[in-house]
Amino acid sequence: DSDPVGFDSLDLNERRGRSTDAELDRRDGTRTSEALTPAAAARDEFQEELVIRPLHSGDIYASFQFRTLWDTDFLQEGQKVSHYRLFPKSLGQVLSKFSVRELHISFTQGFWRTMQWGQPFIPSPPGAELWVWFHDTVSDVDGNWKELTNVLSGIFCASLNFIDLTNTVQPSASFKPLGLGNATDHRFLRYATLPREIVCTENLTPWKKLLPCGSKAGLAVLLKSEKLFHSSFHSQAVHIRPVCQDEQCTSKAWELRQTLNVVFDLYTAGQGKKEWSLFKMFSRTLTEACPLATSSKVYVDITDNPELFELSPATPLLSQAVVLGDRRTYSVFDLTRAETFGQLRSLNLLLRWKGDGEMLRPLLHAERYVAGFGLQTGEIHTVIYNNHPYRAFPVLLMDSVPWYLQLYIHTLTVTSKSRDNKPSYIHYQPAKDRHRPHLLEMLIQLPPHSMTEVTVQFERALLKWTEYTPDPNHGFYVGSSVVSALVPSMVAMNTNFTQDQPLFSSFVPVKEESSYFVRVYTEPLLVNLPTPDFSMPYNVICLTCTVVAVGYGSFYNLLTRTFQVDEPSLPLAKRLANLIRRIRGVPLLT
Amino acid sequence: IFWFNYRHVANTLSVYRSVKRLGIPDSHIVLMLADDMACNYRNPKPATVFSHKNMELNVYGDDVEVDYRGYEVTVENFLRVLTGRLPPSTPRSKRLLSDDRSNILIYLTGHGGNGFLKFQDSEEISNMELADAFEQMWQKRRYNELLFIIDTCQGASMYERFYSPNLMALASSQVGEDSLSVSHTFFTCLFQFKVCPQSQCVSTPGHRTDLFQRDPGSVLITDFFGSVRKVEITKDTINLTSPVEPPIKRSGSGDIQIESLTYVDQLPVAEIIHQKPKQKDWHPPDGFILGLWTLILLVFFQTYGIKHLKHIF
Repeated sequence: DSDPVGFDSLDLNERRGRSTDAELDRRDGTRTSEALTPAAAARDEFQEELVIRPLHSGDIYASFQFRTLWDTDFLQEGQKVSHYRLFPKSLGQVLSKFSVRELHISFTQGFWRTMQWGQPFIPSPPGAELWVWFHDTVSDVDGNWKELTNVLSGIFCASLNFIDLTNTVQPSASFKPLGLGNATDHRFLRYATLPREIVCTENLTPWKKLLPCGSKAGLAVLLKSEKLFHSSFHSQAVHIRPVCQDEQCTSKAWELRQTLNVVFDLYTAGQGKKEWSLFKMFSRTLTEACPLATSSKVYVDITDNPELFELSPATPLLSQAVVLGDRRTYSVFDLTRAETFGQLRSLNLLLRWKGDGEMLRPLLHAERYVAGFGLQTGEIHTVIYNNHPYRAFPVLLMDSVPWYLQLYIHTLTVTSKSRDNKPSYIHYQPAKDRHRPHLLEMLIQLPPHSMTEVTVQFERALLKWTEYTPDPNHGFYVGSSVVSALVPSMVAMNTNFTQDQPLFSSFVPVKEESSYFVRVYTEPLLVNLPTPDFSMPYNVICLTCTVVAVGYGSFYNLLTRTFQVDEPSLPLAKRLANLIRRIRGVPLLT
Repeated sequence: IFWFNYRHVANTLSVYRSVKRLGIPDSHIVLMLADDMACNYRNPKPATVFSHKNMELNVYGDDVEVDYRGYEVTVENFLRVLTGRLPPSTPRSKRLLSDDRSNILIYLTGHGGNGFLKFQDSEEISNMELADAFEQMWQKRRYNELLFIIDTCQGASMYERFYSPNLMALASSQVGEDSLSVSHTFFTCLFQFKVCPQSQCVSTPGHRTDLFQRDPGSVLITDFFGSVRKVEITKDTINLTSPVEPPIKRSGSGDIQIESLTYVDQLPVAEIIHQKPKQKDWHPPDGFILGLWTLILLVFFQTYGIKHLKHIF
């Protein structure tokens, strides 16, 4: 439905002079002034970037971020937004129709291994996850939510229409808005996750169509599904929120971020040789930047250089950023400059591993599993690790368990270092059969260098026979737990909001210097529910009918059957004679 | 998820590819795949589905759009798509938006038997239901001509019961025969509707054209898929409305006090700990509570009698 804008020549003049990286000059050199086109519609701007982080195990993590900023107000009374340029029309219409304040949707295949790969830039749980903040002018949030999930399932070719009240929760303290705003009344927040959702090319295709350049120019040419899905982890997400338009932060702008995180495995895709290149990862190289983008960059994390790996082609541009509590150094390849592409007009980065290194242990890590045996009861264990040597910090754990696992909250225990740890805040909303799932939120203080275990017992319910999926013996999924925390940072975080910050470091707003916000997702659980034997009715009918037919039928025949002597049939001549005799009224022959 | 149904998904996708190659856009195609083969962990080449064992053509491609997938492929959803009786919030890509000038191709593949086709290994659609659905479509003027292709065991039984006009049906096997759909796929891919001899095709294809108004031999496939648009020709000039006025941006003048907006604190610990419990919406008392109170009052008045009421009040 939304066709991206073609490459018309007006774009060069219409590009607004926003401040980009100070170290770069603009290619065309002309800075258009504010007074040039007073009749122009609201300004929008598109930036793209790719961050490549080599991992110590030989795998490689690539994170794409595409951001469109648009100064407009969808919800202004009386003004109907009808002119869309870079911002996709399908999403703009969704935002205005359902009065959405913030929308976050992600599709993930695979599980993020925090202990081996560190923290991701944008975390996401396996399957599909959708959380939305509505405006406080909405009167029927549930109705809007239901329609929104249906519309999004059409846009992204996913079965999001399976999101209904039985798997939607309303967190009371987690998932605060990531955008601008004052009031945070949690009645306008809805969160749902579908752990079973499969991510494949049909989800990537509409996602790519939302980009201004589509998949024809810029960094998006690298997004080939055959390579992207042949990976250990693949996650694509869309985040829409209101952000500050400038540094004074006096007015809002809408920000649409499309992120794609992928981790390529060394042995399945790399054939074991510790060497990666853009061609090996994506089967394409970069040839040009997207003409509609004001900035198009590739960052390679070289903090551990030169011991870990060697990067070619070399580039003089370096950038430092404080992200996830650590100061990292990046080599920058600016695609808007022609000299980046060299003689061959194509950029193919090559990374060759030289040695092994030790990765810094991530400070926060969580796991979850089901204990117990049999098909009646069980126990959910959530284990949270705090690897900081001397600092304690609080974490907010949110659990959303479907109604068919009936939790017994009186068995809830939280232990750290084999001692009871009482949470400072507990919010529990019990489930209602077939209406609402369980919601458990707890604020737990984690002691330094410790492991905290949260256990709760549950009982499995027997569903009605129509409620089972076609393959019930596969099991039923329980969505991931969400652990949100403000982790103490080793390096002072940057609280100033500047326009030239790279995209990967400006996703989560930073309020104080000493800590950074992180969200960790645990594994989803797969539990078996007691499954009836669906072939039983058919078997019973066959057996019963056989018994009735053979047993009772024979018995009935024996009792009621009478035998008669049957006279042999007469030859034809005698039959004719009998016919004449009948007419005459004379007794018949035998 | 049954991996041995890979060939059914491959068949469906090769027909999808052929139809797209003829120029039909994705907005005019409703694709339903019951199992996910391409991104299944058992697939050694993720995001690919091949229709032939020499793996020359990836029918999954890079631009596929599946409208119904996994558990959404049910008999109910299929019949609702055909008859158009979908809930109002269903997106356009999941609807069959056809009118009385549209020609429709329906291709079904899977496991079937005499008079039925299996959906998801747990439910079936019968030939009578299908015939009734087509009649509903005819009554509602949802098609001009309809081509129905079925590729299952005993597939010819599925079109025995059709009674609506302008239907043409093709099946890969007759009643009483099993269909080895591999060879049928190959022939469908070439899009030649020649009758396939027994020696090559193992099963005998069947067809039914008695309900079709035109002579099938004269209908070109490309002609069938091209639709006739409703065109209105006018000789009057029409004035286009004036362009939408862009929203007037209020410039930030010094007089108006503009407060700077801030981001929300992601984990306000103090605020969370001292959070007041939410005002719960008042619900009228549940049936159980009402019943309990009625019982208590009944027992009370039973024991003490109504006349004592005045002593209480």
